[in-house]
Amino acid sequence: MISHTHATFNPMPYLEPQGLLIFGGTSAIAQAVARLAAARGDKIFLVGRDLEKLAIVARDLEARSGRTVGVTSADFLSADSVEAVLGQAGKFLGRIDVVLIAHGMMIDPTVPAPSWAQIEECLRVNFLSPVLIAEAAARVFSRQGGGTLAIIGSVAGDRGRRTILHYGAAKGGLERYAQGLRGRLRDTGVRVVLIKPGMVDTPMTAHLRKGLLFAQPETVARRILKSFTSGPETVYTPWIWCIIMGIIKVIPESIFKKLTI
Amino acid sequence: MSGVTPASWGRLPRTLAQVHPWHWSSNPPPWGTEPVLAYGLGRSYGDSCLNDGGVLVPTRSLDHLVAFDAATGELTCEAGVTLDEILQFAVPRGWFLPVVPGTKYVTVGGAIANDIHGKNHHRAGTFGRHVQWLELARSDGRRLHCSETKDEALFHATLGGMGLTGFIAQASIRLRPITSSAMEVVSRRFENLAGFFEIAGEADRDFEYTVAWVDCLARGKKLGRGIFLAGNHATTSGTGELRGHRLPRARWPFDLPEFALNRWSVKIFNELYYHKQWSAEKHGQIHYDPFFFPLDSIRDWNRLYGKRGFFQYQSVVPIRDGQAATAAMLERISHSGQASFLAVLKLFGDPVSPGIMSFPRPGITLALDFPNRGEATARLFEDLDAIVREAGGALYPAKDARMRGEDFRRFYPQWEAFSRQMDPGCSSSFWRRVMA
Repeated sequence: MISHTHATFNPMPYLEPQGLLIFGGTSAIAQAVARLAAARGDKIFLVGRDLEKLAIVARDLEARSGRTVGVTSADFLSADSVEAVLGQAGKFLGRIDVVLIAHGMMIDPTVPAPSWAQIEECLRVNFLSPVLIAEAAARVFSRQGGGTLAIIGSVAGDRGRRTILHYGAAKGGLERYAQGLRGRLRDTGVRVVLIKPGMVDTPMTAHLRKGLLFAQPETVARRILKSFTSGPETVYTPWIWCIIMGIIKVIPESIFKKLTI
Repeated sequence: MSGVTPASWGRLPRTLAQVHPWHWSSNPPPWGTEPVLAYGLGRSYGDSCLNDGGVLVPTRSLDHLVAFDAATGELTCEAGVTLDEILQFAVPRGWFLPVVPGTKYVTVGGAIANDIHGKNHHRAGTFGRHVQWLELARSDGRRLHCSETKDEALFHATLGGMGLTGFIAQASIRLRPITSSAMEVVSRRFENLAGFFEIAGEADRDFEYTVAWVDCLARGKKLGRGIFLAGNHATTSGTGELRGHRLPRARWPFDLPEFALNRWSVKIFNELYYHKQWSAEKHGQIHYDPFFFPLDSIRDWNRLYGKRGFFQYQSVVPIRDGQAATAAMLERISHSGQASFLAVLKLFGDPVSPGIMSFPRPGITLALDFPNRGEATARLFEDLDAIVREAGGALYPAKDARMRGEDFRRFYPQWEAFSRQMDPGCSSSFWRRVMA
C-alpha cells in the first residue's frame, strides 16, 4: 500500500528566493519542480524547444506565483546557443543559483529495432546535450563562486539493460560525467547533484502499465527541490530505488545478461 | 497504444478502447478515424466516460492554470485541472469553487461536461452557471471561444454535453470569496421521510449547503429516516484561517469479496451511523474537506463493492408528487435489501440549469449505490425506473450504466436539438447505448 501523505500546499521552508534556470522546462518533472519553486518565491527562467508549450507552462507559474517567468527557446546541442541562454537567464534572474537539466527522451520501446537516427538522437539528447549545458553552467558558477548544477539522470543508468539500451547507456555516461565534474569543481562551492528518478508517471512513460512503483512527478519534485541546497549529491527518488538498484547492481553479469528486465 | 483501458468509477461495464492522451492544449487533440472521447479522472459511475471500441483521450496533462484575477476571483484553466488542485490553489487566497460535487477528484472538463451540482444547488445552481466561457476544440480543426454571447448554442450544448461536442481545452470559472476554510455545520436527525421534508424547506432558506443521508434499509414508520446536514462557510471565526486540505492517507487496498456487503452488514453500519448522532441536533465547525468530500479520505473506496463493480442510481422527481414518488422508491429499495450505506437525498432548487442536457431540475433528487448483483439489481432498477417515469422525473447520465434508450429520450426530449451540436468525431459508450 503506497500513499503519498504530504500536504500539497505549504512547501518546505527555505532560506531565500533562488534564481532557477530549467532546461527542458516542459517536462513533467521540471514542471512539478517549477510549481513548488514558484510557490515558495523562487524566480524562474525556462528553456525548451517549443515556445508555445513553454508559454503554457510559464503562464501557469505566473498565475500561481504572481511573478513573471522568463522563457526562451534554444538549440540544446549548440554550445553557442546554450551560452547565449545562460547570459539571457543571468540578466533575468539577477543571479543563477540553480541550473536544472531536465530534458530527456526515450526511444519508443514498441519499435523492434531503432534506426540509426533514433539511436543518435537518443544519445545526443540524453548525454551530449546535458554535458554541453553542464560545461557552460560550470563556467558561470565558477565565476560567481557557487551555485547548484542539478542533472536529472535515471536509475536506468545504473546498469546496462537490453530493454532500454541506449537511454540507459546515455544516463550511465551522464553519471560518470557528473562524478568527474564534482572533482573538478571541488573547491569552487559548486554542488553537482545527480538525481536518479525511478519510474515516474509522465508522458514519457505513458505507454507503460502503472504499477505500485510508479511515483507522481510531485513526489520526485519535492525531493529534487531539497537536493538543491542540502544532502547527498547523488539522489535516488523515491528512496526505495536506492535499495532496488543496490540489488540489481550486485547481480553477477553472467546471470544479469540473461534477464529480460 | 496501451493495453489497459481506464475504467469508470463503478468499474462497469468493462470496455476496450485505445488510449491516446492529449498532452498539450497548444496541439490539436488526437482526432482519428475512430470516434474519440475525452477522459478526465473517470469519476463518472457508468459508461458516459467510456468509449468501447473507440479511442479514449486522457486529458490530465492539461493541468495548467492560465490566469487568475485576485480581485474578481475569475480563474481560467485548462480542462484537465482538478477541483482538488483548484481548491489547493484558491482556498489560501480566500476563494472557493462556486459548486463542488461529492468528490474533489474530478476535472474541470468533467465538471462542465456533466454540468455537475452540489449541496448548494438550491442557491448556486449547477457548475455551468459559473462558467464564463470555454474553449472548444472541434474535429474540423476549429477552436471556438464559447459563452452566453458567442457560439451560445455550442456553449449550452457543451455544459452537460457529456464530452460529445468536442474537446474542452480551457474554461473560465467565477470563484466565490470565503474568509475561512472552516464550515459552520448543523446536523439533525430525522425520524422518517416526512421529517426530511419538514427540515429541508426551512434549512434551504438558512443554509447555503444542505444534504441528507438516508437509511435505505429502514422500513415502516422509520422509512426514510436519516441525518440532515446543513452548512455555511464560516465567517472570520476568530482566526479567519484559510487552510487547504491534506492528501488522503488511506487507500482501500483490495477488492472486497462479494458477500461482505450484505443486508446485515449494511444494516449494522446504518444503525451505527444513524445513532452515532446521540442528540437530535449537533452544531459545530469543521474543515471544508470532511464536510464536502467525506469519501475522498479513502482512495479507491469503490473497491469496497468487489470485482463485479457497482451501480449508482440517481433520480430527480418534481416536487409536486415527489414526496409520494420518493416514498415509493424507498419502499421498493428497502424491501429489496440491496441498498448500500450511501444514500443521499436533496432538494434541487429553482436556479435554471444552463446546459441543454443538464440533469438538475427543480425537485427531489435521490442518489444511492447498489452492488452489482446481476438480475436482482436489474429488476429493482426496472421498478425504480417506472416510478421515476410515472412522476415525470429523470435519471442522471453521469451515474448511469443501464437506463433504457427510450427512457433517456423521454427524460431528455431535447436530445435531438443537442445531437445537432455534437461533434461528429466524438462518441461514447453511453451515447451509443441510449441511441440504440
